[in-house]
Amino acid sequence: MAGSDPRPFNVLGKPLRRVDALGKVTGDTRFADDFAMPGMLYLKLSRSTVPHARIAAIDVSRALAVDGVRAVLTGKDFPVPFGILPVSQDEHALCLDKVRFVGDPVAAVVATEELIAEEAAALIGVTYEPLTTIASPEEALRVPEPRIHDYGDGGNVHKAVAFDFGDVPAALASAHLVVEDWFFYQGNTHLALEQHAALAYLGTDERLTIVSSTQTPHYVHRAAAKVLGVPASRIRVIAPPQGGGFGGKTDPFNHEIVAAKAAMITGRPVKIALTREEVFYCHRGRHPVLMHMRTGVDRAGHIVGHSIETLLDGGAYGSYGVASTFYTGALETVTYRIDRYRFRGCRTFTNKPPCGPKRGHGTPQPRFGLEVHIDKICEKLGLDPAQWRIDNALAEGSLTANWLKVRTIGLVPCVEAVVAASGWKERFRKLGRGRGLGIAASSYLCGAGLPIYWNEMPHSGVQLLLDRSGSVTAFCGAAEVGQGSDNVLAALVAEVLGIDILDVKVVTGDTALGPVDLGSYSSRVTLMMGNAAVEAAQRARDRLADAAGLGIPLERIAFGGSRVFDASDPEKGISFAEAVQRAEAKGGTVGTIGSYRPPKAPGHYKGAGVGPSPSYSYSAAVIEVAVEESTGIVRVEKVWIAHDIGRAINPVLVRGQVEGSVYMALGEALMEEQAFRRLPPRLSGALVHQTPSMLEYKSLATLDMPAVETILIENPEPNGPFGAKEVGQGPLLPVPPALANAVYDAVRVRVDEVPITPEKVLAALRSSSARFGPSKFPAVSWPEALIVPPPWEGGDGNAINEPKRRERPERRRAEVAKP
Amino acid sequence: MMRLPRFRYLAPRKLSEAAAALADLGTQASVLAGGTDLLPNMKRRQQTPATLVGLREIRALRARSGDPGSGMTLGALTRLSEIEHDSAIAANWPALAQAAASVATPPLRNMGTLGGNLCLDTRCSYYDQGPEWRAAIGYCMKKDGEICWVAPGSPRCWAVTSTDTAPVLCALGAEVTLVSAQGERRIPVEDLFADDGIEHLTKKPGEILSAVHLQKPTPDARSTYVKLRRRGSFDFPVLGIAASARLRADGTVEEARIFLSGTGSRPTNAAEAVAFLAGRKLTDEDVLREAAESIAHVARPLQNTDFSMSWRKQAAREFAARALRNLLP
Repeated sequence: MAGSDPRPFNVLGKPLRRVDALGKVTGDTRFADDFAMPGMLYLKLSRSTVPHARIAAIDVSRALAVDGVRAVLTGKDFPVPFGILPVSQDEHALCLDKVRFVGDPVAAVVATEELIAEEAAALIGVTYEPLTTIASPEEALRVPEPRIHDYGDGGNVHKAVAFDFGDVPAALASAHLVVEDWFFYQGNTHLALEQHAALAYLGTDERLTIVSSTQTPHYVHRAAAKVLGVPASRIRVIAPPQGGGFGGKTDPFNHEIVAAKAAMITGRPVKIALTREEVFYCHRGRHPVLMHMRTGVDRAGHIVGHSIETLLDGGAYGSYGVASTFYTGALETVTYRIDRYRFRGCRTFTNKPPCGPKRGHGTPQPRFGLEVHIDKICEKLGLDPAQWRIDNALAEGSLTANWLKVRTIGLVPCVEAVVAASGWKERFRKLGRGRGLGIAASSYLCGAGLPIYWNEMPHSGVQLLLDRSGSVTAFCGAAEVGQGSDNVLAALVAEVLGIDILDVKVVTGDTALGPVDLGSYSSRVTLMMGNAAVEAAQRARDRLADAAGLGIPLERIAFGGSRVFDASDPEKGISFAEAVQRAEAKGGTVGTIGSYRPPKAPGHYKGAGVGPSPSYSYSAAVIEVAVEESTGIVRVEKVWIAHDIGRAINPVLVRGQVEGSVYMALGEALMEEQAFRRLPPRLSGALVHQTPSMLEYKSLATLDMPAVETILIENPEPNGPFGAKEVGQGPLLPVPPALANAVYDAVRVRVDEVPITPEKVLAALRSSSARFGPSKFPAVSWPEALIVPPPWEGGDGNAINEPKRRERPERRRAEVAKP
Repeated sequence: MMRLPRFRYLAPRKLSEAAAALADLGTQASVLAGGTDLLPNMKRRQQTPATLVGLREIRALRARSGDPGSGMTLGALTRLSEIEHDSAIAANWPALAQAAASVATPPLRNMGTLGGNLCLDTRCSYYDQGPEWRAAIGYCMKKDGEICWVAPGSPRCWAVTSTDTAPVLCALGAEVTLVSAQGERRIPVEDLFADDGIEHLTKKPGEILSAVHLQKPTPDARSTYVKLRRRGSFDFPVLGIAASARLRADGTVEEARIFLSGTGSRPTNAAEAVAFLAGRKLTDEDVLREAAESIAHVARPLQNTDFSMSWRKQAAREFAARALRNLLP
């Protein structure tokens, strides 16, 4: 690995301006909505005004008669379903026979002007036969019929999973202390500043091109081919730079597919730009999760058994929900030593916009629960919660109870860093009434170990073209969503080749121009694209070294300062451009490739595919709050956060991601709610989003941000490019529980719910239990649990009550070619 | 994206031309004076005037006359950011500067005007929504429907006054001039508002609010504006408390005026609290608490804004006490 290179870095670790900065600050960057073409038509979707109903009839005649309308589409135009996961192909681009939430698209109008399309869409008459509305997971469990979908694990349960990694009830029975808790984490949405937009056209290259604000152009490519019946080789998906995604643009979306179909029907470019309200209907945001935890510890506080049950409100479609369900349990084990672990997870369908992945995907909810739960355990045992986290941190190279292989772990240095910076030892439990400190720690993936659809191909590929001018072009399918992945690509190539970062031109986010990268999700791009980039660059370096003709052994050839030279005699050498020219002369055009596929995971049981990652990042936060007892208003005074980045490719961008995560987390922790309103049933059957607007969906604005002190912990990860880990998602995780724990330190009440609103704090202050939060978990008919003995109880990674699954890859390989 | 509906735009250069146009067009026209409230409402089809009469070309509406020594007149198009940053206003009518500074965000205060803020449409979480959302619940009586979803049995609309400057100008005893084709009239700001979520202004459709008149402050006058909202950066008031008072050196209240925003369809006059305070010492914590209780009593929230109703009632006491404390030197 390049991580072993002992020489000082050319580019890495330096606070360089990102390569795409000028375009962003001058307005030159073209976002999806900036694309326009001559003769372009506008698309508007007509959306359901009822939460759950059969479509009896659709009358489009009045819309078609409007001057300027070129086409009207309905569900009949889209008989083929799609969905991000192969197991949840449950969406139609326009509803076929049923609508499942207010906002579900029913018909589409294409017109010469957007206003005409909007006015005509309002003339579409839909006759609905209402069905019982399912508004909550509790209702979904109670009301099996009517089913929102006719697949899943029975009734309105989409997915239910159960695992026993060792005998937890036995561990709890013999524990020194058992603590039981219930938590609720409210749903919230991504609130990316850029609304989704798409432009589709049939070009003179005889391709269908879809320009879309998507984090996953490769998956849009596959879904479009499947639904539209166009060969994938004749579809090109372009993902321009985005104004934020955060998981909200990782599904293939109905509006993208409808725009493409409309372009095929009319032969004209077709554009759609969603309103903010429509983005709230696309959603795919954080699942509301109810949690029940029971944990047994020994006298020293070591966890002998941990049990978690989760109930997810999935909304109307599958989306990533099966993965989300697994994620509410998968990463419980990667921070602290846990001897035995029991997990039950259940996702229900409800008549609301579909939930999916948002920054931290499925893990912030149980992380909130676990970190508050531990705070309570420490309180009961009289232990310092910061020291507990240090004493119980997982050791590097551990294999967890649920068979996750964890390599480098920066947890302890993260905790130590925030403890020192915040003055924790002198100030915790000593700040006096109304002022408090809280701590929490966390971990996140650096990329999912498995792709969304089963295949053995690389997760990311990078192709380099070295020009005789000394310029290098890097091609990759990765999507720049604002996180800085273009900069990571340029920096790594520049580092290996010893050239200026601006001499690397990146071409990304285009399925026709770069090798596949699976997309900007699961914090995978820096590690996976990065490793592919380093491999491609090292191959280029080898070719240049071989052709340099310096007359010295290859191992003495160094690259730096845009030169190729003798490491022992730096004066002796040639320019980088000259080296490319010599390589071209010797062996032809200089182009190389690199690709990356994560290592195989040690777990083999069904469900073991969710959780493995080449590496895990760690974070810890201390938060100081002031709580006003007369109103319950919480003011965040300061956040100290440390993040285990492995190695910072660009520390400014890393800090930006950490601060952005803190910002997003504080919004979730203090106020954000994807909440729904039911009206008096005798008057209306409506179930509507309470606040589908950027004004009334409350999230912090810049001026609401407290001071944030960011500390980066650099401990290179062998599996990361030059040791780098992720930073896009992990630092969000410790913030909500640290805040809850700080509120407890300030006023000694527990708000076991997110968001922690003034109403809840005041209610807890006035309650005899000094607590606000759920106190029960509904009965769920769990499937028979898979019994997987932990590594230290003689397990081999398989479930003992399930047939060995060795043959499954063979069977699935046949599905690879399918779109 | 959200598109404005079709409309005709007029840009008169004289107030008389604007008044004549409004007299012609009646309820088919709306006045545009900044647009930070009206244009988003039009995009959501809450209002769909056939014609907009833009006031921006009328210079007279930007004029300012008088001074703190004699009282001041501010043209209706005075921008909120000008008021926020005006040292004479901050020194003599501090509540007005505080209220202007608390409206929305800096870019919106650069566009929004004093006259526009006074005429702000009443707000309600069942009404401030897009057309499909409102279709989904069944339209409310404020636009296209019959029912009030806040109080389904109610014969009236309960949309809430959400302007920050109105309660302050009421508390300061300010007046406004209304100009129409028939002439002009000057009324107390308090009388500009009616207790109805739909017909919330007494201003007639043909009238243009042209100026705001601030009374000369007495040497012992004090004023304050306290605003409860989710975010300090940005948000309409769920409770705004404007208070002005003249205090003797020993803290005895000579005279006070207290008005609330966010608690009803018009600014609420906390008259009982005012009567209680007269002749009592605000420095007495028991007096202050009882007055705050009385203010909170008239801050009757409905479930159509941010925050839960019961919490808002409890927070009202605390914020009222805060406002009263601000009146003390």
